[in-house]
Amino acid sequence: MGKQHYQINVNGETKDVLAEPRELLIHTLREQLDLTGPHIGCETSHCGACTVDIDGKSVKSCTVFTAQVAGKEITTIEGLGTPDEMHVLQEKFREHHGLQCGYCTPGMITRAHRLLQENPNPTEEDVRFGMSGNLCRCTGYQNIVKSILAAAAEMNASKEAAE
Amino acid sequence: MIPASFEYHRPADISAALAILDEYGDDARVIAGGHSLIPMMKLRMADIEHLIDLQDIGELKGIFVEGTKVTIGAMATQHELIDNGDIARVAPILHEAALQIADPQVRYMGTVGGNVANGDPGNDMPGLMQCLGATFHLVGSGGTRDVAARDYYEAAYMTDREDDEILTAISFNAPEGGFAYEKQKRKIGDYATAACAAIVKIDGGICTAASIAMTNLSDTPIFSAEAGAALEGTACDATAIDAAVAAATGAIDPTEDNRGPVDFKMHVAGTIIRRAIERAVSRA
Repeated sequence: MGKQHYQINVNGETKDVLAEPRELLIHTLREQLDLTGPHIGCETSHCGACTVDIDGKSVKSCTVFTAQVAGKEITTIEGLGTPDEMHVLQEKFREHHGLQCGYCTPGMITRAHRLLQENPNPTEEDVRFGMSGNLCRCTGYQNIVKSILAAAAEMNASKEAAE
Repeated sequence: MIPASFEYHRPADISAALAILDEYGDDARVIAGGHSLIPMMKLRMADIEHLIDLQDIGELKGIFVEGTKVTIGAMATQHELIDNGDIARVAPILHEAALQIADPQVRYMGTVGGNVANGDPGNDMPGLMQCLGATFHLVGSGGTRDVAARDYYEAAYMTDREDDEILTAISFNAPEGGFAYEKQKRKIGDYATAACAAIVKIDGGICTAASIAMTNLSDTPIFSAEAGAALEGTACDATAIDAAVAAATGAIDPTEDNRGPVDFKMHVAGTIIRRAIERAVSRA
């Protein structure tokens, strides 16, 4: 089957992409849309480096075809924050040294973002369980967990301040 | 890793999906969450010319609890199962087991129907559904039919489902008594080295019903009626539990793989089966 047009919404913008049905979402994002935040790690659905948000679910974009997500809303790390206006999770990962080589970080933060939407007050155990689909080979996870808990506390504090 | 080319179909209802299956026969496969099938396609272990995506078919979705009758649409995801308060209340063994499947990302996509229909001995839901005595509902061009979970599995990836049939739903009666799903795995996301589902009902200190089924210890899930019978009519004391574990381990036939040699798996299975039974008894 040749290439087809698919409309996907990425980071708030509707994009028309031309892809064969066998094209995996990670390749469309990286190679067609120049969104190189989601990384290709293991390519076998284990490491979570390619995690993106699709209609409110954390999904490994190496294990979904672009054809399957036509019409859906996708958020990548690029949609969460920018170098000038970082997301609170990004700030906390920097502050708490939640990364070393940084390869897993976009997937970690994208997944952590969804986790905190679903559970704004996680325990350390909740964070470890909720992040168990993302592998890091540098940090030993201590500072990743610390960063996410700190982000949760700050997000809750600013929510309270706003109320 | 890039799979071989295929034609992609996204039918809006079951009859349209069946028509595509009918037209392309062996060359077509349905895809639910895709988290077993897509990795196989990427490794080119599955070569599919026509991929039929079931995501738009509303009839396959939803989780319904009416009194003690539970019906789970084939496209219900593990995440939806975990999130469902009615399931946690009437069939907490499902909640407990679903939390032990894969990882959060996979549970958002992975479906209960895909997990039971695929026939992968590593999947957790087949053994669990055998423990619950569930019924699988299938539809094909010839109409609908029901198959007991305990009769569905023939060998690894070989099931009673015909190529032109789609599994639409799973139903069972809410279990009574204590329960446990115990799973030993090397890491999050791995299949079980050994896993066991146990449901034990105790009335006045005597076991009146027990159901034991195991995962990834043979080329199919294994329901051991003998293990249940070893507990029934007893006080589930140490002797009875020893007999049940012996019956259950007598029914399995694990093979050596990267999770360990056969002796090791038999040892782990014995421990996991015992833990499942003891925890089910403690909750009964």
